[in-house]
Order: sequence, then structure tokens, then C-alpha cells
Amino acid sequence: MANTSVRLLLEPIVDKNPITLQILGICSALAVTTKLAPAITMSIALTAVLIGSSLIISLIRRHMPSSIRIIIQMTIIASLVILVDQILQAFAYELSKQLSVFVGLIITNCIVLGRAEAFASKNPPWPSFLDALGHGIGYSVILIGVAAIRELLGSGSLLGVQVLPLVKEGGWYEPNGLMLLAPGAFFIIGLMIWALRTWKPEQLEKPEYRIHVVHRTEAQ
Amino acid sequence: MEHYLSLLFKAIFVENLALAFFLGMCTFLAVSKKVETAIGLGIAVVVVQTITVPVNGLIYHHLLQEGALAWLGLPELDLSFLGLITYIGVIAAMVQMLEMLLDRYFPALYQALGIFLPLITVNCAILGGSLFMVERGYDLAESTVYGFGTGFGWALALVLLAGIREKLKYSDVPNGLQGLGITFITTGLMAMAFMSFSGIQL
Repeated sequence: MANTSVRLLLEPIVDKNPITLQILGICSALAVTTKLAPAITMSIALTAVLIGSSLIISLIRRHMPSSIRIIIQMTIIASLVILVDQILQAFAYELSKQLSVFVGLIITNCIVLGRAEAFASKNPPWPSFLDALGHGIGYSVILIGVAAIRELLGSGSLLGVQVLPLVKEGGWYEPNGLMLLAPGAFFIIGLMIWALRTWKPEQLEKPEYRIHVVHRTEAQ
Repeated sequence: MEHYLSLLFKAIFVENLALAFFLGMCTFLAVSKKVETAIGLGIAVVVVQTITVPVNGLIYHHLLQEGALAWLGLPELDLSFLGLITYIGVIAAMVQMLEMLLDRYFPALYQALGIFLPLITVNCAILGGSLFMVERGYDLAESTVYGFGTGFGWALALVLLAGIREKLKYSDVPNGLQGLGITFITTGLMAMAFMSFSGIQL
């Protein structure tokens, strides 16, 4: 029992990471990673919604008719997102302005509906909670990693504190503007996937097409 | 007229939902292996986006906005916190209706779109379009133009990426980058190309 719990919690962080392996939840994630602070807020918001929706759906899983389950799940998720959005607007107004529409887009984040559909609607609350927590952490690790790289290289700071002194302020670091723009995020995720798959070769995808080199003597 | 053209151009190229705001990425990466399917999904997104953005705009301005229910004698009521749940409901309902209409009157198109139509409900580009429309306060005509523009821009990026990926499968990609990794890098290069449109004013 303890073993499966640990597996449920840890597996989504590296071995089955929702972003780098399952292509889930990239949608709303990348745009908030130009700075570290909004990325951390976004991670907490998503993890909270994910845990809440998984728990609720797993509690009522025996009472949901399967023909209308998607709409029930969407309603639960949307209500939780509204709750998070209102809390952010009340207690962290500046951050919620920076996140703009992306808090609302947690509704259509594929991780939330994907876990509700694939795991929480078939399993009891405790494993669903662990699964949700694991996926939330897996998502947060990538999000915070990307944000840290982008903020450090793009503006030489971390969480708003200047780490690398900029040239225009008499230091030595020339900030890399590309990191703050959209393409930078794509490149960083691409390279992160490359690094992760070099470390864990079982995640490699098979090429669709291979050029077969046949030696002339074999061909005849 | 110029104002609308400028808005359309901006929605398609400068603020492309997929390449500048990363919206609809899951579908974008998953359905861009073949040009044909990409075109089918692209058309569906354009249609749904052109309908849902103005409809959500109408609902926001006439039912949810602060003071919108003054005609009911409730001038202080502010229902805008119900926005998210309303928009996603409208989108789901629209997709469902479109599906039934297409099935009844255009069965060929319905067959061609297949599974992509219901999947549009959870496409962040659709919800994102509605949310941006509310945040920027577009009126009915503007939101129709904006809806069409964002849908078309998203479809354009999808078809372009599918074209590149069809050729890309014959190239010799390093092992770790195979599949998802190289797709991200390609999308990044496309995003850089689209950025050269920024600053253009009509």
C-alpha cells in the first residue's frame, strides 16, 4: 500500500511528466513563465484546482451517469477555477493582473480534465489525491524551471532580485531579450525534453521513418 | 473599416493565439502530423471561434456586466464572476449544436471533421479568445472580426506546422529530440518568423 502511494505521487514528476511526455497542459502554461513569481502563483493555483477537482470527482464517482460526466466534471472544474480567481483578485491583485486570462484558462487545461477522466473517476479519494498532487508537482517543476531560466537569462534576476548585474547598470551581463519573447519558451522546453530523454532513454519516441543504409555488396 | 482591417491583421499575425500566446498547444502539437487533418480541424476552429466570441460578448454585455441587468430593476448587480462558467457552457453548447446541424445538413463535412469537433470544447484557444475579448472590451462588430481573425490565425499556424512536420519526418533528428522535442523547436522558429510582423500598423 505504502509502495503504491509513493509510486502514484512520484511517477508523474519525472517518469510520466504531464508536460514533457504526455503533451498535457502546455496550453496556458508557457505564457506565464517570463518571470518566476507569476509562474509560482500559477503552479499553486493549478495544483489546488487539480487536487480539489480530483477529490470531488472521486467522491461522487459512483453517482455520476457516464453520459453526462464530462459536463459535470467541467462544471466542478469551472467552479473551482472561479474560486481561485476570486481569491487571487482579493489577496494578490497585482499578480492576478499579471496572469490576466491565464487563471481562467486552467479550466481548459488538459491536465485537470485528463486526470479527472483517466484517474479520479475510477479510483477512491486517497489515491486520487496523491495522483493529483503528483501531477501538480510534475507540472510545477517544469513551469518553475522554465521561468527560472527565462527570468535569469532574460533580465538577469530571480524573483525580482538582481542576480547578474546588467551592463546598463554598470555590471557585466548583457540580457538576452529572446528569452522574454515567445520563441524562447519553445526552445527551452524543447531542450529540456532533449535533456530529460537523454537521461531517461525509455521515453524516446520511435522515428516514423528511417533511412536504411544498405551496403552495395548486400543489395545485390 | 480601416479599424477592423487593422484588428483582423493584428489577430491573425501579430497576436497569433498559438505562436504568441501559446493557446491551444495540446491540440496544436497532437494534430499537426498530417496537412489534411490539420485543415479539417482548422476549419472547425474558425467556425466555432467566429460564433462563440461574439455570442459570449453579447452575454457579457447584456447579462453579466455590472449594471447590465438594470432593466430588471437590479442596477447594482455584478455577475461578472460567473463569466468563466458561462463561457465554457456557451462553447460546449455551440459545439454540440454545430455538430447536430452539420450532421443534419452537411454530412460530408461532418464526416471529415469527425472527432475534432467535440475536442474543440477543451481547446484553450477558443476560451482564450472569449476571455481576451472581454478583457479588451470589444463591441459586437469588433468581437466578430476578432473571433474570425484569431480562429484563422490559429488554423494558419496549425496547417503551416503540419506542412513542416510532413517533410521533417524524413530528416535525421537526434534521438532525444525525436518527436515532441523537435516539434517544440520548430514551433519556436515559426514563432520567431511570425514576430517579424510585430510593429506593422495598417
